[in-house]
Amino acid sequence: MTEADVRLAPDEPVYYYQDDRDAKCPYAPPPGLRALNDEAPISRGRIWDGSTPWLVTGHAAQRAILSDPRVSSDDKQAGFPYPNQAMAENAPHHPLTIFNADGADHTRIRRMMTRPFTRPRMEALRPEIQRFTDELIDKMLAGPKPVNLTTALSLPLPSLMICALLGVPYEDHEFFQKHARVATTSEKTAEDDRAAGEALGGYLANLLQVKMETPADDVLSDFAARIKAGDLTLPEATLLSMILLIAGHETSATMITLGTGLLLDNPEQLRLLRETDDPKIVANAVDEILRYLTVATFGQRRIAREDFAFEGADIKAGDGIIVPLPAGNWDPVAFPDPERLDLTRKATHHHAFGWGIHQCLGQQLARIELQVVYGTLYRRIPTLRLAVDRDELKFRPADALAFGVSELPVTW
Amino acid sequence: MKVVVDEDKCVAAGQCVSAAMDVFDQRDEDGIVVLLNENPPPELADDVRNAAAVCPALAIRIEE
Repeated sequence: MTEADVRLAPDEPVYYYQDDRDAKCPYAPPPGLRALNDEAPISRGRIWDGSTPWLVTGHAAQRAILSDPRVSSDDKQAGFPYPNQAMAENAPHHPLTIFNADGADHTRIRRMMTRPFTRPRMEALRPEIQRFTDELIDKMLAGPKPVNLTTALSLPLPSLMICALLGVPYEDHEFFQKHARVATTSEKTAEDDRAAGEALGGYLANLLQVKMETPADDVLSDFAARIKAGDLTLPEATLLSMILLIAGHETSATMITLGTGLLLDNPEQLRLLRETDDPKIVANAVDEILRYLTVATFGQRRIAREDFAFEGADIKAGDGIIVPLPAGNWDPVAFPDPERLDLTRKATHHHAFGWGIHQCLGQQLARIELQVVYGTLYRRIPTLRLAVDRDELKFRPADALAFGVSELPVTW
Repeated sequence: MKVVVDEDKCVAAGQCVSAAMDVFDQRDEDGIVVLLNENPPPELADDVRNAAAVCPALAIRIEE
């Protein structure tokens, strides 16, 4: 039992985070999570280990807490609200990364990773993303139907892009996708988690050594040059590469598949994407779909460094804090009628990529990939539809690191 | 309108460039914000306010 538990009255009702989504509305955040916001922007929730960290659900409150220097991402502190047992057990062995570093340490690590992902660099990749997308759709149209959209388009496109950026051979995709899936699932043992990390780490360390001998124009070669210059060690560079490789394909793939499921359920909205070729309208639509789905359902995890009052709550040093991003993105104060998918809504202030200094590094790449796919797929295949009943889709459990569905059988 | 950026706070999210690309750019070597025009014309004022509002690191300050 953590110190936080002691301060809760024994009969005080506590929301269980993370409960499942409503099977009838699988694209919406869990109804219980949304209801918390009606009471207050911050409340308590119980998690898998029985502890009761704070849940910050209001949109404005999420911005405030994620920008507050009294709040830390250090996952080695007692009381840190881990997403699952495997991560709790492995946390003492976690090196410093962009995820668990604060302040100057965070800035130092992040700046080594930002160069390949700037908005201008991503914009320059748009023609290549368009070419890969068109080729994958050509292949879909030439092949048998129905087809699983995830394996035909959602997973290959972001994998091809991140491989090209990093300098990882795409031919190895089955190997690294298998291990990346372990890293992003909650259904694993600490041992599985470590084994997947070691397999991927060994693979990337080997590639980095190759790039030290024969550099190319890619991110791994950048890291290899930093190793040679003494700015990075091989284990540090391996870890940075692993973060980019995993984060670079799994989340975008989920958004392409899930977004298509959502749009097929909302034909009026889908029509807008099918009928426009205005990049501004498509870009706006992408941000609304990001808001609506918020696939990073596990929320940002933090721990309080000191005692402070926040939105009427009395936060103590060592209290765990969870910021469930889907709740902020469905806060009716920030997004009126949040349950309405409205592709014309101004939604760029959503928290689908998080908020504060840890906001997603690859968000501009993700946006452009989604703009190209959503702007192309439904125009090229206007009759695209689900090949099974929606009830048959198997959604990942609510505590998966990225919400989603692995198979989306579609036909046309 | 006067725009002030804090390079030390910037985390290279690129949101300001998406919101107002005539006013903000990113340094190629590390993505840090580059201010192209510290006194943007009135027709860009809304975009610039939006850029400040979507900066996750609160690195953009506007003096009206």
